[in-house]
Formats: sequence, C-alpha cells, structure tokens
Amino acid sequence: MKRGFLALCAATAALAGVVGAAQAATIDTVKSRGKLICGVSLSTPGFAAADEKGRMEGFDADVCRAVAAAVFGDPEKVDFVLTNINTRFQALQSGEIDVLSRQTTNTFSRETSLGLDFGPTVFYDGQGLLVPKSLGVSSAKELTDAAICTLPGTTTAQNLTDFFRTIGGKFELVVFESPDENRAAFYSGRCEAISSDRSDLASIRAVANNPDDYVLLPETISKEPLAPAVRQNDSNWRDIVSWSVWMLMAAEEKGITQANVDEKLKSEDPEVQRMLGGADELGKMLGLDNKWGYNVIKAVGNYGEVFDRNLGEKTKLGMTRGPNTQWNAGGLLYAPPVR
Amino acid sequence: MTDVQALPTAAEKVARPPRRSRWREAYFGTPGNAVVTLVSGAVILLLAKLAIGWLFVDAVFDGSSEDCKQSSGACWPFLAGKLRYMLFGFYPFEEQWRPLAALILFVGSCAVSMVPRLWGRGLLLAWAFVILPLLYVLMAGGVFGLTPVPTSKWGGLPLSFTLSFVGLAFALPLGIGLALARASELPAIRVLGTGFIEIVRGVPLISILFMAAVMLPLFMPDGVTIDKLLRAQVAIILFAAAYIAEVVRGGLQDVPKGQFEAGRSLGLHYWQVMFKIVLPQALKKVIPALVGLFIAFFQDTTLVTIIGLLDFLDTVRTALRDPEWQGIAVLEGYIFAAAVYFLFSAVMGAYSRFLERHFNTSYR
Amino acid sequence: MLFLNDARFRAAFYQFVAISAVLLAGWAMYSTASANLAKQDIATGFGFLSRQAGFEISEAAIAFQSTDSVGRAILVGIANTVKVSFLAVVFGTIIGLFVGIGRLSTNPLLSRLMLAYVEVLRNVPLLLYLLLWYSLIILVFPPVKQAIQFLPGFFLSNSGLAVPAIQWQSGFYALLGAVAIGLAAASIAHAIARRRRITSGTGGSGWAMAALLLLLPIIAVWASGQVAVTWEVPELGRFRLTGGLHIRPEFVALLFGLALSLSASVAEIVRGGIQAVNRGQWEAAMALGLSRSLALRLVVLPQALRVIVPPLTNNYLSVFKNSSLAIAIGYPDLVMVSNTVMNQTGQAIETIAIFMGVYLGLSVLISVFMNWYNARVALKER
Repeated sequence: MKRGFLALCAATAALAGVVGAAQAATIDTVKSRGKLICGVSLSTPGFAAADEKGRMEGFDADVCRAVAAAVFGDPEKVDFVLTNINTRFQALQSGEIDVLSRQTTNTFSRETSLGLDFGPTVFYDGQGLLVPKSLGVSSAKELTDAAICTLPGTTTAQNLTDFFRTIGGKFELVVFESPDENRAAFYSGRCEAISSDRSDLASIRAVANNPDDYVLLPETISKEPLAPAVRQNDSNWRDIVSWSVWMLMAAEEKGITQANVDEKLKSEDPEVQRMLGGADELGKMLGLDNKWGYNVIKAVGNYGEVFDRNLGEKTKLGMTRGPNTQWNAGGLLYAPPVR
Repeated sequence: MTDVQALPTAAEKVARPPRRSRWREAYFGTPGNAVVTLVSGAVILLLAKLAIGWLFVDAVFDGSSEDCKQSSGACWPFLAGKLRYMLFGFYPFEEQWRPLAALILFVGSCAVSMVPRLWGRGLLLAWAFVILPLLYVLMAGGVFGLTPVPTSKWGGLPLSFTLSFVGLAFALPLGIGLALARASELPAIRVLGTGFIEIVRGVPLISILFMAAVMLPLFMPDGVTIDKLLRAQVAIILFAAAYIAEVVRGGLQDVPKGQFEAGRSLGLHYWQVMFKIVLPQALKKVIPALVGLFIAFFQDTTLVTIIGLLDFLDTVRTALRDPEWQGIAVLEGYIFAAAVYFLFSAVMGAYSRFLERHFNTSYR
Repeated sequence: MLFLNDARFRAAFYQFVAISAVLLAGWAMYSTASANLAKQDIATGFGFLSRQAGFEISEAAIAFQSTDSVGRAILVGIANTVKVSFLAVVFGTIIGLFVGIGRLSTNPLLSRLMLAYVEVLRNVPLLLYLLLWYSLIILVFPPVKQAIQFLPGFFLSNSGLAVPAIQWQSGFYALLGAVAIGLAAASIAHAIARRRRITSGTGGSGWAMAALLLLLPIIAVWASGQVAVTWEVPELGRFRLTGGLHIRPEFVALLFGLALSLSASVAEIVRGGIQAVNRGQWEAAMALGLSRSLALRLVVLPQALRVIVPPLTNNYLSVFKNSSLAIAIGYPDLVMVSNTVMNQTGQAIETIAIFMGVYLGLSVLISVFMNWYNARVALKER
C-alpha cells in the first residue's frame, strides 16, 4: 500500500512538469519556449477553424501567424489554444496564452478592469441580425415580438435589449452557452433571427445548408472593434503584437504582397526599406530580428491578402471589405508610419 | 438456466408443469398479465421497427451529405468521414496512431486488471511504473523521437479516459484519507474532513469546474500558470474524492469496532491498524460501489465541454457543426456518442455486479 | 522525544498542524488573489448586485425586466432552478415508482422492458441526453409559423407549447380562500373517518365526504358570480404566438432529461426497497386475501419506504445539482444567469461564491426536509 502511494507521488511529480512558471516579460517566455501560444475561437469558419487535418485556418489564426513570423521568422511556430467565451480572458490573465486573437471587442471596461491591453483593431465590426429570407423582413425594426438567439456573456444581449427599448418593441431572447446549440436553434426555426457580430453572422450564414436562404439585415446596432489582446503592463510585447498587425496594414498601403516582397527589398522607398529591414535597425528596437517585417509579409501576406483569403468575396463567407479598407480609400485602416 | 445447486428433486420434476404451460402462465396467466404482455410486446416491436428502419432500411451507407439530407434514415458516411476527428479531436493528424495505440493499451490493461485473481502489488506497480508512463509518453511525446504534443491538442476519447481514470487514481487515496479524517477521533481533523466532504457534495460539479477554469488562475502567484487540462483534472479529483470518501466511510462503518480495538491491543500503531486490518476489509466491501462511482465519473467528464475542453462529447458536437453536415447528422452524432458511453458504462456496470457476487458482500 | 509518545500531546499537535495548514493555505490564496486582482485592476466586492442588469431573461419564474438589478436577476435564476428541479423530482419519482414495480413484474416481457429502460438511461451521460432531447425537439417539431394546433388555443411547435392563460378579472383571492377552506375541511373529514375506522372498524374511508367538502366552497364561490376570468388565447402574430402561457423547449428538454434520469435511479431504489421487504409480508398479505396490487400498496410499499427514503434523498439532491446543466441548452437557471453576470462584470470570484453558496444552502435545506420525512417513515420502536 505504501509503495502504491510512492507510485502515485511519482506520477504527481510527472504531472507537475506540466505546471510552468512564466517569466515577467512575455517575449522571453515565448522565445525560450520556441513557440507562440495563441488563443483563438473554436470553429468559426473564416476566423479560426481547423481543417480536416487539424490545421487552424482563418483571419484570427493568420494574425497569430504574423506575430509568430515576427518573433521567430517562422509562421508555424505557434500553438493554438481553443478558448470559449468564458475562458478567453482568464486564459490570457493566467498566462496560459500569449495573445488572444479571438474576435474580441475592445471596450472601455474590458481594457480597464480585466487586466489586459488591446492591440490595434484588426477588424471593424458591428452587431447585426441574420434572418431567413422566407421571413420577409428587411429591417431589424420589423422584428418586434420575434425570438432572437444569441450567445451569453457578451454585450450582444445588452445591445439587443437597448435596441428594442429604443424602438419601443419587445422580443424574446433565447440565450445559448454553446455556439452549436445557438446555430442549430436558429437554423431549425426556434428563433426568427440570430444576433452577433456581422463577421460572425457571415460565418454562420456560410455554414448553413443553403447560405442563400439567409439575409443579413442592414442595421448595425453597435460598434465592435475587434482587436487582439495581451496581458496588461508588458509594453514591449504589446508593441510586438501591435506592430505585427500594423505591418500587415502598412504593407497593403505600400503595395507589398506575399508575392512581390522579395522584389520590394530593392525598393527605393525609404519607408519600405525600413519596413523590410533594409535600412535602419527597427527590429532591434522591438527586440526582434531586423527582417521581422519581411518575415511577417512573406508568411501571411498583407492585410488585404489575409482578408481576401479568409473572409473575402471568393470565400464561403463572401464578405466585402466595408470599413476595413485603407484610410486613403475611405476606410478605417490607418497604420502609423514606420519610422 | 438451471441452477446446479438446486437441481429439482424427482417429486418436483413430476409436479412441475410442462414448459409450454409455464410459458403461458408467465405471459398470459391472468387477463391483466395478458394485457401487459400485449402492450409490452407492441412497444418492443415498435421500437425494434423504428431502430431497424432507421439504422438499416432507410439508412444511407454510401454517398454524400446531400444523399443524407434526402433520406430519413441513419447517415453512415457521416460517421465514416468524421470518425477520426470524433475519436481524437485536434490531435495532429499524422500522429493519430499514438492516441489509438494508447487507447488500445489502456483498454487492454483495464481488461486484464479486471480479473480479481491478478490483483496485487505487482499490478499496482505495473500501472504506476509501466502502463501510465507509457500512456503519457504515447500521448505527450517528446522522447524516443516522438513529436511533442501539448495537452491543449488532446481531445476526444483519450481525453475523456484521461480525465476519468487519472481522476479516480488520485481521488481514491485522497478519498480514503478524507474518510479516515471524517472518522477520526481528533475533533479538528474530523471537522475539516467533514467540512470538505459536505461542501463539495453540496455543490454541482459544474461550479467546481468553473472555479478551476475561471477562479483558480486568480489564486496563483504571479507568473505561475497551470495547464487548463490539469486544472479540470484537479477539479474532478477533488470532486471524486468527496464522493469516494462517503463510500469508504460506509465501508469503515461496516467493519466491527472490535477489529480496530483488537489491532490496537496487539500494540499496533493507528496507521498500522488502519492499513493492515481495517482498510483492507472496508475497501473490499465497497469495491462494487466504487466501480459504480467510476461509471458516474466517466459520464461526468462530459461536463468539461462547458469550460472549453474537447472531450469526446465535445468532439462529436463540433463534428456535427461541420458546415458539410450541419443540421443533417445530429441524431447520428449523438446516438454514436451515446452508444460509446453506453458500451463502456454497461461493461463497467456488469463488472460491478460480477464483483458484488464475487465478494458476496451484498444481499446480506 | 517524550512529548511524541504522549498520545494527548500528539493529538493536539496533529490538530494544530492540520488547522494551521488550512489557515495558511487559505491566507496564501487570499493574499495572492487580492494582490492579483489589485495588479490587474479587477473590481472586487458585491456592489455589482445593485447595478442594473441590462439583459433580458427569456423565462422567469418571478417577474423580471432588463431594468431590474443584477441581484434580482440572480434571484430569478434561483427561482428557475428550484422550479425545474421540483417538477423533475415530482415526475421522476412517479415514473420511477412505476418502472421499479414493473422491474419486479412476474411478466418477463415487462420486467425486461423496464430493465432496458433503466440501463439505457443510466449508462449514457445526462448532458448528452439533454443535448439530444433539445435537438430532437427543435428538429422534429415545426417552426412556430406552422405550429400544430391540436386543440383550439393549444399550439405545439419547436418554440414550445403555447396554451391559453387564465386572466383573473376578479374573485381570485375568494377562490383561493375557498380552495384552502375546502382542503382543510376535507382533510379533517378524512382524518375523522380514518380514526373511526381504526377504532371501530366500521364506516368507509370517507372519500366521498372529503371530496364533497373540498368542492363545496369552490362551487359556492363560483356560483356567487364573484369570479370572472377571461382566457388569453395564444394567437399567431407576425412571427410568434403572442399571449397565453408558453412552455419553452429549453425548459421541457431540461425537465424531461432530469426527470427521466431520476426515474431510472428511483426505479432501482424502489426495486431494492421492495426486495428488501421480507417475503413473509407478501405471503401474509396474500393469505389475508389481498390482491397482489393491494398487498403492494398497503403492506409492502410502506415498509419499503424505510429503505427507499435515505438513498432517495441523495438522488433528489443530485437532480437539484444536475439542473445546473441547463447552461448547455439555454435554460436560464442560477448558473446560467450567474455566468452572464460573471462575463458582464468580470467578477468571477464573487459570482461563483454566490452560486456555490446558494447551492450549498439549498442542499442543506433539502437534506433537512428529507431527514425529517425519513424520521417520520422510520420504524417506530414501541
């Protein structure tokens, strides 16, 4: 019996190996681990979903790869941790993940009371409503007395409540813990409409049996700037994540693509030179390789390429760029200058 | 059919009515009985017809999701296409032979360990130093040229087994300790033990899992992180330990007090009496009940899906959500999952009843 | 090392070590937690309870709207939990009682059917059943626009069952009073009849008299014309059925799942209880000329109750705790509401502490009640 206990103690010790202590600076932890750990959502096609062989694909996943490429020069040096709505912030706070790239809205109260800092907005989104075409509804204002499915724990339910209060109508709120039941309930007609971020709705529409049976209503009832998040008070790490994202945007602005990045190394434009590591030593200032910008673009392409590959009109989601176009084309993407 | 020890005497043989009339007596003895037979028979036939129709007659054996959509029967191509994902989750595709090997090794070792004749120190040591390390190496890799696979990629059936089995292995000693604490003569220890047991038994498992997933990280000193799987595992261990403690306490109460006193009067120490005299008797009595608890824990591991771990039920659910099969194979997925859980639970249940007869502790 | 050989000293020493270890661990957790919370700027305290909730709860056992406080939202969660657990216990016990008796039937077909019922329910996780029942409800029944109207005003769809609701114009309290008076009179009449039967052995059971006394005041109030009700019949609006009483599929799936899972356990307990009753009791009852069913009802079951009640308590408690699985299928129970609150306020520790405290408190209440009932049915040694 005693030896049995000894054996159990040995096993405990083995398991305790899984317990790790993180150093103060995230970049050191990531480098010594040799891998970036990125929190993403579970099967949201277009943002993060595993393909048949378990490779994570999508917009959010590519943001993670961009950061991995910036740090290691290799976009595959990233492990994805699936987080749900309940566990996403805790996973970040506790150090289980280095970056949270999970369709997360930057809000005042999250930034101030959840112990995290947001990076730049990677996707300007807003809450919308998806309905079946057969319902014959063309505006959210007609949805008085309808049942609307949502996920809990987000501001979705609150926004809906506010929206219907302003139009003086009532509605039945049906809340599901899991996206599975939420979607299943909507497809089956348990609810007339489903409400979430428009990007998420595009994803929900895309995976329906017949996407053309559903239509996204024109109203946007809230602002949802989606941004990656890092732990609070680690400004170097936040800089790395922010600039990895801005690099994607700046590259699009400068016309650098995954295909022409090698040519652009010879570009005369001093800013392109700085971005790709040809001039100055910007990488050093972040504590990264000087070619970090080149690595990011070589790995995932520029913002437009990432968008088109995962969400664009050629994909199942078929989203237009909307506000997510460059500032000089009337959009909201405005990367600070690289100098 | 015939009980060897109760062979009928010659007189009884004569008195016994012929088989056919016994049959008639059982099924149509009284008018009420006849009605019961007819109704039950009708229910059974109806269920059988539904099951056969769904599983075979109307089923789609070969084809695409479109074929399944048209048909009202079971969709076998869904199971075939999604089987690997449902069993192993996001475990790297090329490496999935490893969880499969681990699963076979685990089930095989369990089957061997179920023979009471083999029980003993040797088996315990084999589990602790050969089987469990081997399983861990297979799953986690990192040595012998196996690619390391982080626990965040573990999923499906191996994860369910890990959670329930490791949970039981650690909860058992902890539960025994708690039972001893609750039965202790020292008031402070008794109060602590009782308090822990009653608090854990008074709240749902989900709340303990929430605590582990959401609250525990806040209680950790700066920089220390515990893997999510390990956190859920600890929650299951603590939960299981409280229930095991209650079962073991029942066993302890069944051991006559004289056993303890006799041991002490021989000059044995408290721990010696407990480990050599009282506990062996108590545990023997409660083994069937413990197996029953194990079935319950195996089923309870499904709750980890709520805190975002990909156990078997969760991989089945995500498979259902695959765009290709969305809304088509719901019943198929859940029934497949139910069949797997049923298989393992029913085997354990039958084993528990076997042990009950083997030890003959019940039916006093 | 004389001290260690002194049993009293050792006892005190062990206890001291145990208590200090627990206190130390508690203190360490408290201090790290408060340090972490302060460092990460996470708010603390229970102030959020009085804040405006800001979200709707689709099904509320007590009135609720989004402008009410967070505290009231949690109260709604508690009420919903209690409602579904109570109903599940009632239905589960009744079904389980019959299945348990059916398991012992002399008819092999019936007993095997019941065995299959119990096995199928016990060997599959409850969560899986909940998901299955819910999926079945929303996939099998038609959308609300094609709701099946199986009785006038009764609609069945995948949004649940809608039935006409009574709206009291007046006389509600008068009727309530009449029911109370009727119940009191009927139980007194029943008690008198029972005592007469026990002491003198004459007279019927007084059922007719009791029923009459029960109905008389109700009829009287009704006939007085004080009571005026209107029926609010569900009507198909543009999207939904409006008006009437709605029983939602989330609630039905949860109730169904909990009640069935309880019924399987109750069946096993009842079977064990009946088998534990001495065979002689059966034989004696039969010898007195009682039929099998009367013998069961009057002689065997009351004795079996003694064996049945203690394990039943545990099962009722687990129904109560398992109702927390509601979160998986969208029924707003305590855990689900707390979860929403937790995500809105970010105050995980306080919220989890609240719902764990509520579960503990209610568990203790249920235990106390069942212990009282157990003492009542226990063998009275005279």
